[in-house]
Amino acid sequence: MTVASLATDAATARRSRYGSISRDRRWALRWSYFFLTVFAIFFLMPPVYMLITSLKTSQEISAATDPWWVHNPTLGNYIELLTSPTYLAFFRNSALVSVIVVVITMLISVPAAFALSRMRFWGSATLATGVFLTYLIPETLLFIPLFKMFALVNEYTGIQLINRWWVLLLLYPTLTVPFCTWIMIGYFASIPKELDEAALMDGANYRQILTRVFIPVALPGLIAATIFAFTVSWAQFLYPLAFTTSADQLVLPVGIVTSLIKGDVFNWGQIMTGALLGAAPPLIIYAFLMDYYIAGLTAGATKG
Amino acid sequence: MAQVSLRKLFKRFDDTEAVRGIDLEIADKEFVVLVGPSGCGKTTTLRMIAGLEEVSAGEIAVDGEVVNDVPPKDRDMAMVFQNYALYPHMTVYENMSFGLRLKRYPKDEIARRVQEAARILDITELLDRKPRQLSGGQRQRVAMGRAIVRNPKVFLFDEPLSNLDAKLRVQMRTEIKRVHQKVRTTTVYVTHDQVEAMTLADRVVVMNRGRIEQIGAPNELYHAPKTRFVAGFIGSPAMNLLPCRLEEDDRGLRVRLSEELALPVPPAHAARYRSHVGGAGLTFGLRPEHLTENKSNGGSPLGMIDAHIEVAEPLGMETLVFFRINGLDVCGRVSPNAGAREGARMRLCASLDNMHLIDDATGAVL
Repeated sequence: MTVASLATDAATARRSRYGSISRDRRWALRWSYFFLTVFAIFFLMPPVYMLITSLKTSQEISAATDPWWVHNPTLGNYIELLTSPTYLAFFRNSALVSVIVVVITMLISVPAAFALSRMRFWGSATLATGVFLTYLIPETLLFIPLFKMFALVNEYTGIQLINRWWVLLLLYPTLTVPFCTWIMIGYFASIPKELDEAALMDGANYRQILTRVFIPVALPGLIAATIFAFTVSWAQFLYPLAFTTSADQLVLPVGIVTSLIKGDVFNWGQIMTGALLGAAPPLIIYAFLMDYYIAGLTAGATKG
Repeated sequence: MAQVSLRKLFKRFDDTEAVRGIDLEIADKEFVVLVGPSGCGKTTTLRMIAGLEEVSAGEIAVDGEVVNDVPPKDRDMAMVFQNYALYPHMTVYENMSFGLRLKRYPKDEIARRVQEAARILDITELLDRKPRQLSGGQRQRVAMGRAIVRNPKVFLFDEPLSNLDAKLRVQMRTEIKRVHQKVRTTTVYVTHDQVEAMTLADRVVVMNRGRIEQIGAPNELYHAPKTRFVAGFIGSPAMNLLPCRLEEDDRGLRVRLSEELALPVPPAHAARYRSHVGGAGLTFGLRPEHLTENKSNGGSPLGMIDAHIEVAEPLGMETLVFFRINGLDVCGRVSPNAGAREGARMRLCASLDNMHLIDDATGAVL
């Protein structure tokens, strides 16, 4: 036996005893795929079920013969909803509220985050923590006092705040602003201090530093915050349920429930269709901005 | 073009004093380097000049006008940062023109200035790139370009070369000197590297613990340090500093370094040192290059030292030898042909014309 073959044998023996990196990696990948598949099935089941149900007629749904298969597919539910003025009004209200809330949120939280993270002033650190703490208070605790407040406002000023879709523009930012401010503070904190100092030396004022350096550099964070604000406003259920009642003031999540459930009659086909169509806008936004969203969530967390 | 004056400048952070009463006059077109170990207050001083730190007490004046309360953007100074601080979302051109665009200069004027600066720095072909596509040295050039295009009154450099590798550092050092010769803008440069300080500066300001130890031309600091700190800080390898005693007998004044070793003080120094004869608390200082192999050239009083070489470090053009006197490390510089080997005995001669004597109590060089 030659020296070279001895060495190879020894190497093989070592590998079989301790395993190799590539084998470890292979096993890690197998387990990853296994769990990813399990999770994917688990989380995709409801939307798939919604899709199947939305393609069925009411008769087929109530017959309940085969919940996971469509025997007589129909687009009837879709056509009915998309031609119904009430459903389109819900959709329009939702879109309007969400877009305006996103704009309001960004207009408040970006400058706030900049001020809290960069302009050193007395109490800024405490204030930053305070902003985050307000996010931790659940809305279920807030809607009753808010209702009371709105009633008082009406009593003293005559301004009717209840059952008006635009009042949601005041309510949603209480949920979105703290969290978006917090995301942006983290993101701005990862921008090196020298960058604003360089801009200061170049003759920029704070507004210019924010608009010409910070916002472009923190764009992924900004997008993440935008998506968050949009999703929260789009999916919000409790506030619109509590504060809006008449059909023309409702937003999508509440509208579907109140207009498609009549007494104890559940119009399942249309409920599923409405929910599925309602889920589309955030889904489309996610699909386009996914890369930025993930970059935004992680980049703020660690330095570099 | 501007003169900068610092008068009784103080900076306190909560309970620490970073800068403790600095007086410094920087002439128009002068290249001044602030040098010192980390934490000596040099960067804080620079940032106060820039306006990025508030002044706790004292005055900063530019061309006779006190600028303590003038915000950085109105001081007309440009700063080059250690980590370059380039705007990552802008191209090199946009980075360099940012300051001019903020001041709404006409487009063709901006283009002319950027092209001119890019030509000086040899980065014309990089103007369309983003900072992440550049190497460290190129980024540093862009950072300098950003300062040059503004044609400011004062350039401020905050350790601009410490993120570069050794070779590039030397290259950029020359570059900075060349740029300064071309644009002749008053420059304040901060570094902890004394070689950088020596090579770049018209005048070097050595700082220690928030105070100025000595101000002087590079050669002056090297050959005539005023304090023990400057003597030890300037020069690489550092000056040998050994506790000693002064003795006088019929052969004249001698510096005693150990029981066995006493070196004759040259007559030129003797008059200055005589009052310290017999006193304790003295330190003898001699640079390594003044401790060389015996060239037997006679003339000046040569102190001979028999050295037992513990470590020899060949550097090519010379060899550093380390040995001990009274248990303390001493470094000498000998010719590579002198045959210095570890463990060997070697006769070294101390050129005592270049010796320094330091009073330990005051830290002053006598």
